[in-house]
Parts: sequence; structure tokens; C-alpha cells
Amino acid sequence: MTELELAGQVIELVRRLGGPTVQAEAVVTRADLALTRFANSAIHQNVAESTVGVRLRLHVDGRTAAGSGSVLTADGLRALVERTLAAARLCPPDPGWPGLAPPTPTPDAPGVDEATAYAEPDQRADRVGAFVAAAGGLTTAGYCRTAHRSSAFANSAGHTAHGRSAEAAMDGIARRDGADGVARRYADRLSDLDGAELGAQAAAKAQAAADPVELPPGRYEVVFEPAAVADLLQNLSWYGFNGKRYAERQSFAEPGSAQFDSTVTLVDDPLGSSGLPFDAEGTGRRALTLVEAGTTRAVAHDRRTAAEAGAESTGHAVAGGATWGPMARNLRLSGAVAGPASPVGRSTTGTAAGAVVDADTAALVAGVRRGLLVSDLWYTRVLDPKSLVVTGLTRNGVWLIEDGTVVRAVRDLRFTESYPRALGPGAVLGLGARAVRQPDRVDGAWWAAPSLRLASWHFTGGASG
Amino acid sequence: MTEFDAATAAVQAALDAGARYADARVMHRRYESMTARNGDVEELTQDESIGLGVRALVGASWGFYAVPDLSDAAARDAGRRAARTAMASARVPGPPVDLVPVEAVTASWASNCEVDPLGVPLSDKGDLLVGATRTMAEHGADLAEGLYQIWDTAKWFVSSEGHRIDQRIRECGGGISATSIGDGETQRRSWPSYRGQYGTTGWELVESLDLAAHAAQIAEESRALLTAPLCPAGETDLILGGEQLALQIHESVGHAIELDRILGWEAAFAGTSWLDLAQLGSLRYGSELMNITIDPTIPGALGSFGFDDEGSPAVKRDAVRDGRWVGVLAGRDSAAMASLDYGGSVRADGWARLPMVRMTNVGLEPGPHTLDEIIAATDDGVLMDLNRSWSIDDKRLNFQFGCEVGWEIKKGRRGRMLRNPTYTGIGPLFWRSMDMLSSETVSWGTPNCGKGQPGQTGHTGHPAAPARFKNVRVGVSA
Repeated sequence: MTELELAGQVIELVRRLGGPTVQAEAVVTRADLALTRFANSAIHQNVAESTVGVRLRLHVDGRTAAGSGSVLTADGLRALVERTLAAARLCPPDPGWPGLAPPTPTPDAPGVDEATAYAEPDQRADRVGAFVAAAGGLTTAGYCRTAHRSSAFANSAGHTAHGRSAEAAMDGIARRDGADGVARRYADRLSDLDGAELGAQAAAKAQAAADPVELPPGRYEVVFEPAAVADLLQNLSWYGFNGKRYAERQSFAEPGSAQFDSTVTLVDDPLGSSGLPFDAEGTGRRALTLVEAGTTRAVAHDRRTAAEAGAESTGHAVAGGATWGPMARNLRLSGAVAGPASPVGRSTTGTAAGAVVDADTAALVAGVRRGLLVSDLWYTRVLDPKSLVVTGLTRNGVWLIEDGTVVRAVRDLRFTESYPRALGPGAVLGLGARAVRQPDRVDGAWWAAPSLRLASWHFTGGASG
Repeated sequence: MTEFDAATAAVQAALDAGARYADARVMHRRYESMTARNGDVEELTQDESIGLGVRALVGASWGFYAVPDLSDAAARDAGRRAARTAMASARVPGPPVDLVPVEAVTASWASNCEVDPLGVPLSDKGDLLVGATRTMAEHGADLAEGLYQIWDTAKWFVSSEGHRIDQRIRECGGGISATSIGDGETQRRSWPSYRGQYGTTGWELVESLDLAAHAAQIAEESRALLTAPLCPAGETDLILGGEQLALQIHESVGHAIELDRILGWEAAFAGTSWLDLAQLGSLRYGSELMNITIDPTIPGALGSFGFDDEGSPAVKRDAVRDGRWVGVLAGRDSAAMASLDYGGSVRADGWARLPMVRMTNVGLEPGPHTLDEIIAATDDGVLMDLNRSWSIDDKRLNFQFGCEVGWEIKKGRRGRMLRNPTYTGIGPLFWRSMDMLSSETVSWGTPNCGKGQPGQTGHTGHPAAPARFKNVRVGVSA
């Protein structure tokens, strides 16, 4: 039975058991997920799962409940419908229920790479092997993963949708004397991931990260590489461009206001790569401009937050969204308009050249009189959601820049900074031309960003004391 | 076909395909959660999931495969796929894998549960949250939120060494929080803890929290925090409440003593540890007041079980004794690699996930004082409680934690409420500065411990009591 047939069967069951007035939506997702993990330069965890699950949400007599399960036998589906109906009838009234998505065509989504969807463990292992070999004897760790989802939606209003997605990601570090270098990529096709290229890049950065020095805390100009920028995008998305938090006045977002530097344009682009063409409520997904040339334009909505705001759903409903709110999970920070070829990064010591692995970053570094090059951010947590003040640490390499040159490695630092303020008007001193896609911790989400030069970042302490 | 039959078929298929060791878990979990906001139920979710995960060791390489189908054919296919995945692992091989011995047993175990949480009428549970959140809204909270969560898990474990263990573990908990929104910032107060209190127990735990009785007070405190003075910046004596100390233990001790991290297995993601195995038994981790145990046998604590997901029985061990580091959280393979003779701390968060080293109940043994005595003995300091944010580096050394609320301590008395309290430090230096410890221990439950790739959410317990730390840096801000 296909996912669409299964979803239709669940809706029919709801009609039979709950009557014609029940509003219901069902999502059935089949997932083939695999992840090959390596540490100490050997594969130590190698996992795969083939699962199928159904999620049901229904609204009956003004009350709403949701249920899900993996028991897809006739008895299992019946039990799911019965317990969700029973749950809804016991719930208090839900005056904010926005109704079901009406029948509408599902947008076209990019094609799925079948070789990625059904990749074998040997193919992931070979990429890991190439990463390890390219690191030239440095200790390595990381993962290579593939994911395939086939998902169908049906609701009792007659709307149906189906889509598939496949993706691959690789993330690894190389380590020398406790100093790490990182390389991380998201791709629509496993064949686009080059383990050797990533391993060599991580190793070069690890070599350049050796013998770090302590720097005093304070405000520094910074160049963030794409992995670090990805953290900014994720936190801006979850806490700022979230329609629920916006409605609750917990978000900094003020549509129509020039809240960011004029170089900042942020677009959520779920179909910019392999992705499911509809959200958890069946609404078609499409590109949504959140910030345009520094001016906040929109926040992400599901049907509930859209109804509250008098707007349309933007196709960002997620399971559990009534609690967490709608999420933009495919955010792209546009790069600078392409200019002349950038110079190659330089080093006065000869040991730090590998810190700069691409021409975009090199061009940004070249403009810095004194500042820091940051590869990655780690364990970032929000201290205040409204101002989006975040604390966290640098990871996987920090270097001091003087007079446009990376001069030496620096020990990790802790920061405490307001993300919108750091990206505010006049605060962005440069962007790389190319946005590089970074994987999220879960499949289906990615963050695309170029390297980014910011006027000031508040480092509040050294990580070692 | 029983769950044991499915697990046995998967293990046998893995052995037939070349594995020298295999184990399989069938897990059936029912989950229910409800959230309420401002006097209305916001979301009710129920989930039921059953499936099988099989782990195969071929030579020196592991493979794992999971399916939701318990038929004989599906179970055998999963076993074969696990072995095949292990063979692929051998393309990038590591050192030989051994497993520390553990007695193969046939056993059953169940957690204590007085009131079946899934048996409590939904309307009663809804009324509890709706009532408490309505009270908070009436007392000034802009966002009044309540939550409960219930997990009812049955597990059947079989290994090629002869294990045959079934367990039923019921866990639940909940809490409330009040958020007040001012110009440019928000303030929150929670009861009894950020995200609530959880245990391996029945609904009696949630009833004991008496959410309704605390609703008005936390709402008023969240509003009062908007105009409270900021926590001053500088070094001072810091008194931590038990809930925040539980988080401190979790982050700066529990994760640091995970053997897989110490061995580098989590280097690219969760991170490593500042601890060096060569110093096990000799390293001074903290002051002599610091006694940390690993104890999955504590009745009702969230990290309790009868057997871990490798079939090792629950055993209490020391992690830090009189301030000295003496033990780790280990699995059978990591322990063998480190030449230790015990595992017992391996769990998975579902049938589709690989068991890995996780905290059980990692807690601080009580001291001789009360919180009031600690305050009375403090001339100048800050008391902080209830976690608001947490961040620690990848070696588990440098941390910065924010709390919901602080209070000025002057001349042995609790004074003004303080806004946005934060503190920061380095794990072992911080623990060595602990000079007073209370006897008022609570086993706090943490249901949201993230680790592993693919990600897993662990349930851990942390017995903790209020304590005082000397000369801590507080008041870090943007």
C-alpha cells in the first residue's frame, strides 16, 4: 500500500468511526535513514533504520487532539483513530482551530536522487575512508549520512499531497594535539560529497589550529565561516521568525522595520533543494523572504498562527507546532554580489594558512585590521528570547587576524551576544559571494550561508579559565 | 510470534550472517503529552510505537538495523542487515572490540507505579493544567504554560550470550511556567523546575507537585522580575538551589565521566572530556564535600532501571568520592577498551536507536546543613535557582549558566530579588570551591538530555541539594 493510500485509509477510518463532521488530517511517512559514524579514524557506529509512521490530527465538536504511531496493521490504525477521537472529545474547546487546508495543487519539488535514497553502507564507508585517508594521519571523527523520506498527506476536506526527498551530509573533524579543524556539507546527492576534499580541508585547518594562545575577552571584529553563520540562522529562525513567538511578543521581529544591515537578505527556501513540497498541515511550501536588504518582511506561519495574525499560512507547520510554533528550517543568507576574484589567504607564520580554505573567506579576512576568524559555534543557548541574547562558545578553530592576515591560532572563547544586534544596521562589514549549505542535526533542515564579516562580537571569557 | 521470538530471530539471523555477537531489543512505547496555555489546552498528543533494533558485532566492527515490523521474516532480515552494515564498517576498521563479561540472565523488572498515568482521565489531567495556567494568567503572566509528559515503555532484550530480559518502565512528570514580557526582554518563573519534575513513577509524582498551589506566586514573581535590579557583575559567594545544582552536576560531571566521550567516540559532536583515564582514582575533581554516585537503583528517580540496554544489571557505583574521581559511566565495549571491569550505563531512547553510554542517576550525596544555615553563614553573596539557560564547552570545562531568579544575600539574610542572574566558571575549579552543602536532597529528573548521531533524547536523574561555592564570577551579560 502506498503512503497516499494509507493516509486516505486513515481519513476514511475517521469518517467511519467519528462521523462526517470530524475534521481530520493524516500524514504517513516512510523513512530510510542511515548514518555511518567514525571516531579515532575508524567507523565505530553504523546504523540504519527503515520505518513508517502515521500522524493524525483531528478536530471534533470544537476540540482538537493529535496522535501518532508505527503500528500500521488494521487493528493498529483503528486503535490510533479511536484513541485520538476519544482524546479530542475529552479536551476542552479549541477556539483557535484554523480549519483544514483546502484542496490545492502541491508545488513541484526538485527530483530525488535514487542512488542517495537507497545508498548502501559501503558507499558511506568509502567516503569516510576517503576523509580519514586525506587527513594525513591526523585523528579524525565525524559522520556520513543519507536520508530518504516518502510522505503523503490527506485531509477530510479532500486535500491530498505526496512528495519525496533525499539528502546526504558529511561532517568531520581532524585533530592535532587537541586542536580541531572542521569540514561540513549538505548535498542533494551523496555523489556530491567528496570525503577526500572534506578530509583535506579539516586537516589543513587542524594543522593551522595548533599551539593556540589565550586572548583577553572583549569586543572583537569577526569573520565567521559558514558553519558558524548557520548557528545564527537557526537561532534567528527558531526565536525570531517564528509566527507563534511573534504573536506572543517574544520575538524581536518587526515586519517593515530596517532591523538588519542593508546587506542582509534572508530567504527560507524549502524547495531550493530536495525537500518535501508540503508542510505538516498539507500547505504547499514555497520560498519566503524573511529579510530583504535589511528590512524584516515576514515571519513564518502555520494555519493557526496565520489565522491569529490575519495572514495566510506560509507552509511552515511542523508536528508539535501548536506548542513550538512554525519553523523555517531551510534558511539562506544571500551572498554578496559577485565581484573580482578574491586573493588567497596569507600567513605570516606559515602555519596558519590552512585556516582560510576558500577565496570568499580570504577576501573578508583581508579587510580586517584586528579581529578573529571563527570556524564554528557550539552549545549556543538563549539567555533572553526577545532580544535574542545568546551565549555559547567557539569550536573547531579560532584565529587572530592582524592587518588582513591570519597570524596565529587562538584558544576557544565564550561569547554573550544579541544576534539581531550583531547583524544590525551598519554591523555587517562584508559577505562572501557563495552560500555554502550546512546540515542540521536532523534531516530535512539545512542552513545556507556565505562567510560573514561583523563589526563586533562580544567575547565574555576564555574557555580555559 | 512473541516479542522475545522476534528478538531471538533477529539475533540468530545476525549470527548466521557472520556476527560473533548480537543483541536485539523490541520496544513498545506509549507516550502522551499535554500542553496548556493561558487557561486552555494547547496541544494533546498520544503516540504508540513498536519496533525492533538489532546490533551485530562482526570481527571488530558494529552494525545496527531497526524495523517496525515484528514478523519472523522482517526480524531475520533486520539481523542480516545489521551484520552486513557491520561488514561495511570494516572498510575503515578500528582496534579489536571486546565486551566486559556480564552474567546472562532471564529476568523481569518493572518500575514502581502507584497511579497509572495513562489511566488517569484526560479530563482530569486537562483540568489540572488549565486551572493552573488560568491562575497564572489572572496573576499577571503574559504567557502561562503548563505541561505533562508520560512514557510507558515495555522492552524485551535478547543476546547471543543468553540474555532474555523484559522490563516495564513508566515515567511521567510535568510543571508550569509563567512568562512576563517587558520592553525588550522577557522574564520567566517556573514550578517546580524548568520543564517540570520527572521520575520513573506514576501520576502520584505530578499530584505531589501541587501545581495549582504555586501558580499565583510564580506569576507574580515573573512580573516582579521585569523591574528587579540586574544581578551585579563580579566575583562573589554563590549559593545554588538544588534544581540548578542538578543541572550543574549533569553538565559538568555527568557528561564528563561518560567513557565514550573520554575515549573520543563523541569527539566530532557531543565532544570529549577533560578527564584523562590515567588519572582515574587520583584526580581531585572537587572539594572533599563532593561525593557523586552513579545509581540506577534509586526508586522513582528518572534514570532508574533494572537492566541497561546491554543486559547489565543496575548497580550503584561511586564516580567521585571525597572529591576524588573514581568512576565512569561505561558500556561493555568501552569498558573493555579502557581495561575497566564494569559497564551498566548503556541505553537507547527507542527501538530505532543504537544503545550508547548515557547517564543513569548521577547525583551528589547530601551534606550536613540546611539551605537556611548556608544563607545564614553567608556574609555577601547571591542565591540562584531554577535553570534558564545552559552552555558548556566540548570538554565539559567552561560553563555559563543562567537562572530564572537570584536573590541578594547580605549579612546572612536573603534580600532583593535579582534579574538575569548568570554565573560562569571552570568545572573542577568550581567544584573545588564548594564549601557548604545541604542535606535537602531531591532527585531531579532531566527528560531532555541530547546526545548521539542520529540524535537521542535521554532520561536522567540527578539527586542534588543546595550548596555554596566561593568566589564565583556572576552577572555576565551581552
